[in-house]
Amino acid sequence: MAGENLMSVMVYIPTPFRRLAGNQTYLKAEGKTVGEVLDALGQSYPSLKQMIYDEADEIPGHINIYINSHEIHSLQGKNTPVKDGDEMAVIPAIAGGQVALTPEQVNRYSRHIIMPQVGPVGQRKLMETKVLIVGAGGLGGPAALYLALAGVGTIGIVDFDIVDLSNLQRQVLHQNDDVGRKKTESAKDTLLSYNPDVNVVIHDTPITSDNAMEIIPQYDIVVNGADNFTTRYLVNDACYFADKTLVDGSILLFDGQATVFKPGHGCYRCLFPAPPPPGLVPNCAEAGVLGALTGVMGSIQAIEVIKQVLEIGDSLVSRLLLFDALSMDFRVVKLRRDPKCPLCGDDATITELVDYVEFCGAPFPGGRDGEGTSDGVSNGS
Amino acid sequence: MGKELQMVSLMAVEVKVTANFAKLIGGDRSAKAEGGTIGEILDDLDQRHPGFKQNVVADGRIHRFVNVYLNDEDVRFLQQLDTPIREGDVVSVLPALAGG
Repeated sequence: MAGENLMSVMVYIPTPFRRLAGNQTYLKAEGKTVGEVLDALGQSYPSLKQMIYDEADEIPGHINIYINSHEIHSLQGKNTPVKDGDEMAVIPAIAGGQVALTPEQVNRYSRHIIMPQVGPVGQRKLMETKVLIVGAGGLGGPAALYLALAGVGTIGIVDFDIVDLSNLQRQVLHQNDDVGRKKTESAKDTLLSYNPDVNVVIHDTPITSDNAMEIIPQYDIVVNGADNFTTRYLVNDACYFADKTLVDGSILLFDGQATVFKPGHGCYRCLFPAPPPPGLVPNCAEAGVLGALTGVMGSIQAIEVIKQVLEIGDSLVSRLLLFDALSMDFRVVKLRRDPKCPLCGDDATITELVDYVEFCGAPFPGGRDGEGTSDGVSNGS
Repeated sequence: MGKELQMVSLMAVEVKVTANFAKLIGGDRSAKAEGGTIGEILDDLDQRHPGFKQNVVADGRIHRFVNVYLNDEDVRFLQQLDTPIREGDVVSVLPALAGG
């Protein structure tokens, strides 16, 4: 029979311990203090007890116990009193000697951490991941935003452009007061204001053949939000040479395309062997783009990055997702590695970065030969 | 001989295009077309909407910046313009988009 001072507490059980707790994510337990709640848990689940108490009946150093996101060492340890409705979490440090998540991180990322596909292990993976965003524009914005919110450790942003008023119809990283500022700086401020935990690295330059192989190898995964073919072919080739997964997206009018190029499983050249002649396919500045479409496609790119990092689900590798916002139709078509691809085919002829200006018949926007206007010909507007 | 058989049986299929190609087929996102192969489908569309085909095909080959899908398969990996069509197939014409 419960005493009058016994409080009922929900205890979050992380993925690694869940099989010891009847595969439950939350357990209800009673007690007046943290120690009593843990004792009650241990009575019901003896093998869980072996994980949260060492031989001396103490909580081992690699286990952190949180009450409402406060680690109990900063409170009164096992004697910390609990109240009805308190939420308790048992969070183990990751094998490999990494430090445990801080209480603030456990709280901030709790909606991810409580999902078995993420858990504290997955959260640590996200926090150790370095993602490069090519273009702080329509696609790069929401992609970077959701990756920052998810706690991706390092987000690099490469863009040379200046925020223009016409960007604000869709580019969520920039606000009214940012018009005239460098996009990289505006993006950094925005991302840090959402999550100061993230290390935002800015590359305030056009990405070109001269610097792509310096920038890209510093990252684990690349998100393509470029707004021109010259940059798209360059980034494709550079990611292949650097053996990096490229999460690709592109938009125009009401249409979006997204896929994931993993070296050896097809690349942008397998999908589209050559760019259109300059002027034939309009860009967003010339033809227009639905602003909210960029949110859909950029979010899809962020989702694919997170799935790659967590190694969950079925990625868009070998598949091309087509979104038609007008008919509200999502379709998936196959994307094959082309054995005749000059980059990743069986008899590849491209063995280093080539002259993309010549290949595409159009300059790198912002490059030395480029126009560099702030309207539509940036790395990512 | 199989080819002759296909020639006589004209299939009606739906051809979907992206928004930037809609103006080439009268403003809609899809159009009906008839033919026994991908090439014939594109020819038929060009009859109905003169000038359409040159945006997809040049010198008897599909442009390298445009993909034509038969259902979910890129016809570049099938028989290109000679890829046979069956009733009810969906053909998609997908140009590369560079917007970001």
